[in-house]
Amino acid sequence: MIKYHPTQELLISHSAGQLPLSLSIAVSAHLEMCSECATATKKITAQHAALFEAQDVSNNINFFSMLDEILEHKQDLLVEPKKTPINCVSVAGNNYQLPRAFTHFTDPKWSSFGAVSRARVVKDSDNIRASLLHIDKNGVIPSHTHKGYELTLLLEGTFSDENDVYNKGDFIWLDNELEHTPFTEAGCLCYAVQNAPLRFVSGISLALNPLGKLIY
Amino acid sequence: MIVRIAHNSTDITLKNTKFNSLDGEQLKINSWLKLVATKQDKQAFSELFKWFAPRIRAHGLQRFKQEALAMDLVQETMLLVWRKAVLFNADKGKASTWIYTIMRNYCFDMLRKKQTQKEDTISDDLWPVIEQQTPDDNNDHLQNRLLLSHLGSLPLQQKQVVEAIYLQEMTQQELATHLDLPLGTVKSRLRLAISKLKSKLEADLD
Repeated sequence: MIKYHPTQELLISHSAGQLPLSLSIAVSAHLEMCSECATATKKITAQHAALFEAQDVSNNINFFSMLDEILEHKQDLLVEPKKTPINCVSVAGNNYQLPRAFTHFTDPKWSSFGAVSRARVVKDSDNIRASLLHIDKNGVIPSHTHKGYELTLLLEGTFSDENDVYNKGDFIWLDNELEHTPFTEAGCLCYAVQNAPLRFVSGISLALNPLGKLIY
Repeated sequence: MIVRIAHNSTDITLKNTKFNSLDGEQLKINSWLKLVATKQDKQAFSELFKWFAPRIRAHGLQRFKQEALAMDLVQETMLLVWRKAVLFNADKGKASTWIYTIMRNYCFDMLRKKQTQKEDTISDDLWPVIEQQTPDDNNDHLQNRLLLSHLGSLPLQQKQVVEAIYLQEMTQQELATHLDLPLGTVKSRLRLAISKLKSKLEADLD
């Protein structure tokens, strides 16, 4: 049962194609897992389309020969069977099937630090970085906060922190001040988007620097 | 004349089914797109062009602030509408929403290309619009997923054979040549792989 969902604002921006790629992937993957948000987004898109149509436009624009050029093309008259993307990744001895939104990113390069493995998916402008994060059985990420935001989309498995227990499909958005210590008993695969490095709050923060860099 | 008759009859069927809530404008747009899809009707397409091209251009100007790019967006969106019209499914929504989503997707790829010089068309993975969705493919989809999730558990040599033949659609002979192996070896690896996958799948479905 998914308990955490993207905000209405995020769904609106996603439907308008205005989010950076890193966050578009996260929302799109959540929609594939959450029919409730998928239905809401369908309505939003219909509203966007209505606004698009209601634009005030002049009918005297010269499109030159564009229409004729288009009509010279052949139509695709055969409907090709839908292909199921094969988004398999394997990490730390586990195989996972990723949502459709990851189709372009199924050959990630993993690097590991203890129980944590990370593979970069996208670097967007404004320091936004997105990665797949795998945490092995009984893995824990030491208590930390974020300078910016941290979005975690749980793709497989479960994890918990001081606030709650999270399940597959949960879309967890944390803002800077919140401190948490994620722990997973069974292991989990997440997609994480951050716009600043993690800041460890425990006393041995120096020793943890490599992990903070790895995760961001 | 033929166009006119087809046009009217499409209107009637639309009115009698699920489109009672649509106003006249939307009905017309839906029937134009249906004519483009079923009869390759150029007259209907030019009506669609007349209605949508100025709106797509306005949207493009807003996003790109450049006339040339806005015109590019019009050209590519309307070309996709023409070429892919057969994929429009009136049961799933309005024609104008379909056209809007095609434009939104192309616009996303254009912006990405501008920012990163990358040519990939990633929007179809984020918003699958231009793909056929049949109502009964959910089961297949699920089963495919299950199958694919077991693929990773096969020994590497068997996995390679299954992927090449079922996913890349090579023939057994092509694969044998490609791997420099006797055809018989390819055949027996495939047989082994299939029987393993089958028993895993059966275990899942029990």
